[in-house]
Amino acid sequence: MKVEITVNGEPTGADVEPRLLLAHYLRENLGLKATNIGCDTTSCGACTVLVDGESVKSCTVLAVQADQQSVTTLEGLSHGVQLHPVAAAFRAEHGLQCGFCTPGMVLAAVSLLRENPDPTERDVREGLEGNLCRCTGYHNIVRAVLAAAGQDPDAEQRREAAGDAARTAPGFSAGEAAG
Amino acid sequence: MIPVDFEYVRPESLDAALALLAEHGEDATVLAGGHSLLPVMKLRLAAPALVVDIGRLPELHYIRVAGTEIAIGAGTRHRDVEVSDLLAAEVPLLPAVARTVGDPQVRHRGTLGGSLAHADPASDLPAAVLALDGTVVLRGPRGQRQVPITQFYPGVFATVKEPDELIVEIRVPRTGRAGWAYEKFTRRANDWAIVAVAVVDGRVGLVNMGSTPLRARATEAALADGASIEDAAALADQGTEPPADTAATPEYRRHLARVLTRRALTTAAAG
Repeated sequence: MKVEITVNGEPTGADVEPRLLLAHYLRENLGLKATNIGCDTTSCGACTVLVDGESVKSCTVLAVQADQQSVTTLEGLSHGVQLHPVAAAFRAEHGLQCGFCTPGMVLAAVSLLRENPDPTERDVREGLEGNLCRCTGYHNIVRAVLAAAGQDPDAEQRREAAGDAARTAPGFSAGEAAG
Repeated sequence: MIPVDFEYVRPESLDAALALLAEHGEDATVLAGGHSLLPVMKLRLAAPALVVDIGRLPELHYIRVAGTEIAIGAGTRHRDVEVSDLLAAEVPLLPAVARTVGDPQVRHRGTLGGSLAHADPASDLPAAVLALDGTVVLRGPRGQRQVPITQFYPGVFATVKEPDELIVEIRVPRTGRAGWAYEKFTRRANDWAIVAVAVVDGRVGLVNMGSTPLRARATEAALADGASIEDAAALADQGTEPPADTAATPEYRRHLARVLTRRALTTAAAG
């Protein structure tokens, strides 16, 4: 089946099997290897790309579903040495360790900031819920996203250290201490 | 993991999609967001001969007032439910529940109709629509019919929808300022509920407490009879058959259902 997908602003096309995953189309057909495949089960987010500006996990999207749509991978985000502001913030704040999760993490962050340009630290943690960093480098990743939003990446932590507010991780019940 | 080979069609209209389902029957499977279907196809637990992609049909994407109800097109994505001002004002439970589904990437793809059709008893939205006493609108070659959500789930991963029918719309009452709450218990981010409880207007929906989404009928009856929240919530696991898995024993799930129901009723009463 023929597909036409705009990838990083360039028209691309191929005659593909309907079962071809978007992640494989990007990596194998187009040779864009920044999109990593981690878990292959919609869990880890390493394969996150943007489809029409919104983050999706490309291991759970068929290439044929992206026909006539626009896809952005990490390769298309920056222009040469001119880094995208989110990529620049990941570099400045050292928001990576081994780097495997980074392409997906950066694109998830771009999508998050598009929907919520002025997030709190908790918004960032919840907004990156679908991306796992097995180095557990979340601390600087969250700081990088806050910095990319033009915020002091340490402000909320300083406020929190000065107070004694109970906190819970995203997705967990706040329990009896809530409110 | 690669799915078994299949034919793929993306019809241009709802009528064309229905015609394909009428022609191919059980050999066809409907793809909307694909975030329930594609994982099971990749695991080869499903191997449809034909995949009918309805994900881009504009006719299925809307949220609008319909008298005393809100009508939501089946193709409306979780993200659209999450940020809908109309739902926030008229049915605030629904965006709050949609916000807890999966993660942002999943919510950019998954749809309300798809979640109801997949019929996973661990899913959030079926129990929320159940607590809302919603209605599922089905369309097929014999016309359109409305099924109360209370009659939609005959068993595990099953619905009363025929293979040649599509969910086209979900209707929920405008609950407005009636008290509501959603308590979801998970141990990991980005995971299904071990147990969750949706409360709205004195009705209680339970996630993952049996083979289908369930209502906590004993709790609802006790509340209607004037019982305290404490006493009513203690009945939340009556009539349930919670599953055992690596996350929890049935006994632990019963405990969670009672505790989460108490919390949800307390929050709803304070709202």
